[in-house]
Amino acid sequence: MVNEQTAELPSRERLQQHVPAPIVAEEQPAPQVKMCARDVSVFYGAKKAIDNVSIDIHPQFVTAFIGPSGCGKSTFLRALNRMNDTIPSARVEGCIELDGEDIYHSDMDVVQLRARVGMVFQKPNPFPKSIYDNIAYGPKIHGLASGKAEIDQIVEKSLRRAGLWEEVKDRLTDSGTALSGGQQQRLCIARAIAVDPEVILMDEPCSALDPIATAKIEELIDELRGRYALVIVTHSMQQAARVSQRTAFFHLGNLVEYDDTSRIFTNPREERTKDYITGRYG
Amino acid sequence: MNNLDQPADGTHVAPTRSDAYARRLKRRYKAERRFRYAGAAAVVFSLAVLVFLLGNMAVNGIGGFQRTVIEVPVDLSQAALTVPPGMEDEAVAVRALQTQGLPEIVEASARRALGEDAAEELNTDAWRIVGRAIVADPSLLGTRADFALPASEALSSAYSRDGARELQPLAQDLAARGLLYDSFDPGFLTRSDATDPQLVGIWSALKGSVLTMIVTLLLAFPIGVLAALYLEEYAPKNHWTDVIEVSINNLAAVPSIIFGLLGLAVFLWLFPSMRSAPLIGGLTLALMTMPVIVITGRNAIKAVPPSIRDGALAVGASPVQVVFHHVLPLALPGILTGTIIGMARALGETAPLLMIGMRAFVATPPAGFTDPATVLPVQIFLWSDEIDRGFVERTSAAIIVLLGVLLLMNGLAIYLRNKFEKRW
Repeated sequence: MVNEQTAELPSRERLQQHVPAPIVAEEQPAPQVKMCARDVSVFYGAKKAIDNVSIDIHPQFVTAFIGPSGCGKSTFLRALNRMNDTIPSARVEGCIELDGEDIYHSDMDVVQLRARVGMVFQKPNPFPKSIYDNIAYGPKIHGLASGKAEIDQIVEKSLRRAGLWEEVKDRLTDSGTALSGGQQQRLCIARAIAVDPEVILMDEPCSALDPIATAKIEELIDELRGRYALVIVTHSMQQAARVSQRTAFFHLGNLVEYDDTSRIFTNPREERTKDYITGRYG
Repeated sequence: MNNLDQPADGTHVAPTRSDAYARRLKRRYKAERRFRYAGAAAVVFSLAVLVFLLGNMAVNGIGGFQRTVIEVPVDLSQAALTVPPGMEDEAVAVRALQTQGLPEIVEASARRALGEDAAEELNTDAWRIVGRAIVADPSLLGTRADFALPASEALSSAYSRDGARELQPLAQDLAARGLLYDSFDPGFLTRSDATDPQLVGIWSALKGSVLTMIVTLLLAFPIGVLAALYLEEYAPKNHWTDVIEVSINNLAAVPSIIFGLLGLAVFLWLFPSMRSAPLIGGLTLALMTMPVIVITGRNAIKAVPPSIRDGALAVGASPVQVVFHHVLPLALPGILTGTIIGMARALGETAPLLMIGMRAFVATPPAGFTDPATVLPVQIFLWSDEIDRGFVERTSAAIIVLLGVLLLMNGLAIYLRNKFEKRW
């Protein structure tokens, strides 16, 4: 449903005009698939960081990636919008599809891909520009709005959706870096929302924040669910349990188990998952 | 003795509370104090050297901004002089006055007022001062007016007690009558090189320097910044980029005279008619400045946090947009600082310019980039080579002008850095 709505936006058409229309099945079975990965391996030089991972990301759920440090969950997340391209030694094998399109295919425009699959990072990284410009930047470079009035609208809508509007509406010209850590992170989420993505990837979005700011972000994730397919990498199992509907447990570059969150935390199938959940390692 | 080996019976005294430890602690503080004093001494020493240098320059240079003048009452009431109407150009009007006999009138006035000997020692160009005053204010014609006219170089030296001995009594006599004195000479900044130190000015060299720097900046800045951006943002990190990096670092360390040889061999071979031109000088200095800009530019670009790049890429900015919207604005203060440091070095450079012939005697300021010119440091070098004593002070004054320009550029660097600096 979300897809159909967003597909009607003129901006989306403009973005897609150079790419073949996505093949979308007319009658999709109950759990829709927004992104699917098949036999994905990621290498850093000779080192294999992700080994043969296959996973489906569903648009209506929040999907959490959990696992001990260095298990490759962030690496895999960055493979989903090709942020690994910026690392010269990184190499991806296998197939990752967004709405049935192979994102590593030469036809896929990486700029457009990242507009469709937004990302929020571990450390809040607002641009050293005004709050307004932070949000307006994405729509401007993609030509999603014509005229100041439209951009103003996008800025307000994005900030409202990120729950930041009331706090910053009187100081939109202040630098984004002058906000508190939690506000900065919500600003980054608003920045990702502003280009109207289909998927938002979050790489440990709360690890640099205090508990109150964390609670706000989690609330926000809950509100955004359904509107965007959300994937969140987290260190905190409590957080995964609180915000996600689907959880994937990674260990040593392997996807050990992927299931409903409730099932992972109450009745995991794998011994390793159980050990991690119960705090045996991690 | 290690605490870990001790029995946990409460009798043991922690090693950090022993006397030996207290002595060690004292030594540590002493070492720290010594280091602090050494650092402060180094700063005081550098400051003292700087103050000495600048003070010495200032004391010597003050004389360079003055020249010895004789006060001469010039009687223009009897003279049949007219300023031809419609003469806009001052030089043409002054020449017209010359043909009407102004130099003779000035000399006659001086002879009448000061005597034969003193009139002899009036500078040969003194009448020009009168001429320019008349052109500026034609109502002077038909009146008597006092003019402070430059003395000859010989009398000027005699006045400062180190010239020809036979002129010293005359100088003392005139000085005692209050007719001979040193006066501030603003013309030093507007005149050009001359053989007479009483008549020299710095303007042609200053203009030559400015023109040369413009060429240098226009070439070195874009090429340097683009090279730095390419090497940092686009170039694959492989063997070839390593070679390029080492080459650029070496290029920055090449003695400047080598660049002069290159300019001589390449640029003057390409444009043989442009010997001494600011264009060639600028090209040569651009070669020298570019590596500095590349190196500082790369460092500034490297210092832009990767998280900003990630953030921009993640909203779908293309690599070029990332560079021009985010990386470059953040790196700009560093790049500008490096550029101005490189430019300041180029401004003070003499050796490579000697090689391409910018050491000519240039008595008229260059009108454009292809006219023969000289630059400030070369002018200083040339004047310091002159035998005439009057040039000593002029040399110091020229150094003050050069230092002033450098100070201005550094001030600009600081201003730009503060203006563009952003925190994240």
